[in-house]
Amino acid sequence: MEREIVNIGKSIVIKGELNGSEDLTIEGQVEGTIQLRDHVLTIGPNGRIKAQVFAKSVVVLGEVTGNVTATDKVDIRDNGSVDGDLVSPRVAIAEGAHFRGSVDMQRKGAAQPAAKPVAAQANTPQPNVPQVAQRA
Amino acid sequence: MSLLDRLATRRNESGTEATSPSTPEDPVFATKALRKFLASLLSHEAPSLLDLGPVVGANVTFFGEQLGCKIFVEDLFAALDRHVHGGKLEELPEFLTKRLSQPDGTFDGILCWDLFDYLDRASAQALATELMRLLAPDGALLGFFGNTQSHEIRYTKYIIVDEVNLRYRRYPAARGRQVTLLNRDIIRLFPSLRVSDSFLLQNNTREILFRKLA
Repeated sequence: MEREIVNIGKSIVIKGELNGSEDLTIEGQVEGTIQLRDHVLTIGPNGRIKAQVFAKSVVVLGEVTGNVTATDKVDIRDNGSVDGDLVSPRVAIAEGAHFRGSVDMQRKGAAQPAAKPVAAQANTPQPNVPQVAQRA
Repeated sequence: MSLLDRLATRRNESGTEATSPSTPEDPVFATKALRKFLASLLSHEAPSLLDLGPVVGANVTFFGEQLGCKIFVEDLFAALDRHVHGGKLEELPEFLTKRLSQPDGTFDGILCWDLFDYLDRASAQALATELMRLLAPDGALLGFFGNTQSHEIRYTKYIIVDEVNLRYRRYPAARGRQVTLLNRDIIRLFPSLRVSDSFLLQNNTREILFRKLA
C-alpha cells in the first residue's frame, strides 16, 4: 500500500496546533505545536518551524526553533538547523548542521549502568527514564 | 571492570559503533586524558555533559548512546566568530558570563577542547568563572592548550574515535590563537578546581583534566 505524505507548501503559514496521523513534510512556516505521534515529520529545506514538535521521527533540512521529541529518531541533515532540546533514543547530526541545545537519548527498558551510582547532584537535570539501555 | 570493557559492553548493548562516520582522511592522535574524563563521567549515573565545541554527530552518539549522557551543546567557537565579525569583541566577556544560564553544579563533565587558546585574557577568565560555577562537585573539566605559537587561523573540530583516540578536522576561523598560556596561568584561571591530570602530547598539545572537589 502506498504511504501518503502530506506536504505543506512554501507559501503556507500556520499558527496554532497541528495534529496528524500521516507523514508530513513542511516547506512553509509553522508556529505553535506539531504532533504526529506515530509518523514521520520532515522539515524541508524551506521549512521554518517555531514550535514544540512531537513525532515518531523527525528529519530536519530547514530550521527549527523549539524542543523536539521523537520516539524513534531525530535526524538533522546538512544545512539543517535546530535551536532547542532534543529527546529521542536515536539522534543523527550531519556535518554542516547547526544545533544548539541539549540531547537526551533516553531509552526504554534501560539497564543500570555498570558504574557505581551516586546520588544525584543538586540542580542537576535528571531524565525521567533510566539512561543506559539494552536495545533490541 | 575496566573503562574499555565497560564501554565495550555498552557498545554491544546499544548495537551501535562508537566510531565517527567514515572520514579516513582526517588525522588521528592518541589522547591520554579523554579516558580519564570518561571514567569520571561514568562514575555518575545519567551524567550531564556540556560540550563547548561545534556539534559533532559522532560525539553526540558516543556520549548519548554509550555513556547515557545528557549532552548540552554550546558552540562558543561560533559565538567567538560572531563577535569578531560584528566588531564586538569587547562585549565577549559579558556575553560569556551570561550565555550559560544553567543553575550552579549542572554538569558532571565539561569539554572545553582548545577554546581557551582563542580567547583574550578577560574573556578566558569570564568563561572559566562560569564553568567553575556550572561544574558539579566531583565533576571533571577537560581542556586542550597549545604549547607553541601558531599563526594558523583555523579552529579544530575533535571527533571521538574511541576512548583513546581523537580524530581532528581543521575549519576556518575568524581569528587565530591568541595566547600560549603557561601552566600556571591555566591553573589560575580555575582557582576552585584542582588539576587531576596533565599530559603533554607529541603534537605539543597539553591536555589538562580538572576536577571539582566533592
